[in-house]
Amino acid sequence: MNKILKKEILTDKIHMFEVEAPQMAKKARAGQFIILKISDKAERIPLTIADYDRERGTITIVFMEVGKSSTELATLNEGDYIECFAGPLGKPTEDENYGTVICVGGGFAIAPIHAIAKAMKQAGNKVITIIGARTKHLLFWEDKIRAVSDEVTIVTDDGSYGRKALVTEPLKELLTERSDVKLVVAVGPVMMMKFCSLTTKPFDIKTMVSLNPIMIDGTGMCGCCRVSVGGRTRFACVDGPDFDGHEVDWDVLQLRQTAYIKEEKTSMDRYMSEVNKDGSRGDI
Amino acid sequence: MAGLKTAKSVSMRNQEPAERKKNFEEVALGYSEEEALTESKRCVHFAPKLLDDGRTILCCPERPCTKGCPVGVDIPDFIKAVRDGEMQKAVDILKAKNSLPGVCGRVCPQESQCQAECVVKDAGDPVEIGRLERYVADWELGQRKKSPLKDLKITPTGKKVAVVGSGPAGLTVAGDLAKNGHKVVMYEALHVAGGVLMYGIPEFRLPKDVVMSEVEYVRSLGVEIKLDHVVGKIITADELLESGYDAVFLGPGAGAPMFLNIEGENLNGIFSANEFLTRVNLMKSYLFPDYDTPVQKSRVVAVIGAGNVAMDATRCALRIGAEQVHIIYRRSMEEVPARHEEVEHALEEGVVFNILTNPIKFIGDEKGNVTEMICQKMELGEPDQSGRRRPFPIKDSEFSIKIDAAIIALGTYPNPVIPETTSELELTRWGTIKTDENTGRTSRKGIWCGGDMATGAATVISAMGAGKRAAKDMDEYLKNN
Repeated sequence: MNKILKKEILTDKIHMFEVEAPQMAKKARAGQFIILKISDKAERIPLTIADYDRERGTITIVFMEVGKSSTELATLNEGDYIECFAGPLGKPTEDENYGTVICVGGGFAIAPIHAIAKAMKQAGNKVITIIGARTKHLLFWEDKIRAVSDEVTIVTDDGSYGRKALVTEPLKELLTERSDVKLVVAVGPVMMMKFCSLTTKPFDIKTMVSLNPIMIDGTGMCGCCRVSVGGRTRFACVDGPDFDGHEVDWDVLQLRQTAYIKEEKTSMDRYMSEVNKDGSRGDI
Repeated sequence: MAGLKTAKSVSMRNQEPAERKKNFEEVALGYSEEEALTESKRCVHFAPKLLDDGRTILCCPERPCTKGCPVGVDIPDFIKAVRDGEMQKAVDILKAKNSLPGVCGRVCPQESQCQAECVVKDAGDPVEIGRLERYVADWELGQRKKSPLKDLKITPTGKKVAVVGSGPAGLTVAGDLAKNGHKVVMYEALHVAGGVLMYGIPEFRLPKDVVMSEVEYVRSLGVEIKLDHVVGKIITADELLESGYDAVFLGPGAGAPMFLNIEGENLNGIFSANEFLTRVNLMKSYLFPDYDTPVQKSRVVAVIGAGNVAMDATRCALRIGAEQVHIIYRRSMEEVPARHEEVEHALEEGVVFNILTNPIKFIGDEKGNVTEMICQKMELGEPDQSGRRRPFPIKDSEFSIKIDAAIIALGTYPNPVIPETTSELELTRWGTIKTDENTGRTSRKGIWCGGDMATGAATVISAMGAGKRAAKDMDEYLKNN
């Protein structure tokens, strides 16, 4: 049982929880994830760590309402307890001093890229961060990103804020202009990570991505999160979640993420009809 | 033989196959009081035998059953207590050696352990020790519903032990050490205690409320259980020792699932048995959408492998609605490693055994779903290192089976998290933790190990036996240090 100390609605359907977890906060590192479960019948949900505070003993997570589980998670409030909260899981991002590092975060993955940029900065790197979203009101944490980056580029698909571009465009320009970039870290939707990897490939710059396949236990036991990397089957939960983006088989990852679309819809439809009947969340 | 009344044991009632394959209710229904009494009378340990010289001796003085039990339960004594109608005494005798009788009475391979050497076997069926054990355990659970367990008062020794993993090995160690007065804290990675008893073995073989009751019993001995704690991540074994624990027992379980490493294995609809069983048992996906975790509903399912886990997978697949379930096994029926009873149950429920068959490739559709499995026929050659005849592919024997799901049940290899994060821990070349078989000691002072992490995948009772031996050695160590 872990208490939610702070809740913030960052933007439309994107929420932040600061969760009391002192022992975990001591161990947490950027790139790792937690698994939470909010009730007896709920799923185990993996979420990448967005921030941690060792002094206050907190872990920060950010999530977007997508299906039933995340929508239900969003109904929890400050002071509520999360029934199960396990972590930190997975291997941390390798935060050495590389020199210059570009961090790319898209959508709600602006949160985990914040943790990674912060760790890269603390490791002594020059950090250039690119964040992107579909439109202005889906952007968040600009200030937090700026605080841990030497340079920041913001893009939106529709040009409503920052530059009208996809994250790959400034990424390509930076790689063309600068010769000191040693590493690119990209976190976001599969398509974004795939195209970031394709963008950096001709420049031969090492590119790490954080994969988010479907998981159950998250401790290396079930193999549901297996991904194909460099022709080998790896488990994202224990071998990752960070992998070399140039080696990832993106098609396999993308198809595996769709395995339960039908069931996710069944679950969501049922939940919404219950919520509407109940009236407790008639606003959504 | 004197005292031997019938050669046939009392059979246990089962749910009818046609009915049970549609539900997750327990298949074996257990003995009634009368049945238990009748069966208990078949044990001849205390029956006198008149010798030619006029002396009488016991019919069965050697207690081969107890010798065959990995945790050394005083079997003739608990059976006598059943016969005498002294049920609480029967419970106490069982629990003195075995903290989990409700589990063992259901899932132990008694035919190759306690019942294998039963002297009654010479004249017919052995005494059904497992069924009697289950009867006693279930009686006790019934009593507990009337009056809940009280926490036992045990004089504390002041020593503190961390037990990593709350499966059969961990629960045994925790129970035994707590009974001796040591403070035990268990660290469990998942959101419930019980390990493989919860995520692996299905409800219809081992109801989860039975497991929960056994866990509650261990808790009533004063054991603290920390759920959602992945040792190696939130805290390492080294840190446990540094933070004031006098000893650590590692029982993290089997670990990572093996795959075939053949083309198409990452298609949707292909699961490890661990994933499939975890979804079904731990996350209760057979109750989706009441429970949130789904499991793919399939029409034709191929289960690769023929061990107990494979049998569990086939029978779960039937129960969530598969029309056809196939076992795909590269050797012959003779080499099938699953318990005979499990194979029988699967056959009764309509599982098709495709023996001497080996999958070589999976084929999928444009959505990434598996649709077909290419197999080849095998033949058996000379025995290999395991003593079983080695299978060889028959040339040009490839054929295809249309499937919409495949479950890979080939076993597991050790999860690296604990070995990677614990210093001075010697490993075997299989990646398991090097462990003294008799004491559970590892190469590191203060750390013991048992269960699948020490031996590779094995049975519940062998893990409990290892836990038993480790607890004994740990107790001595704690008293002397």
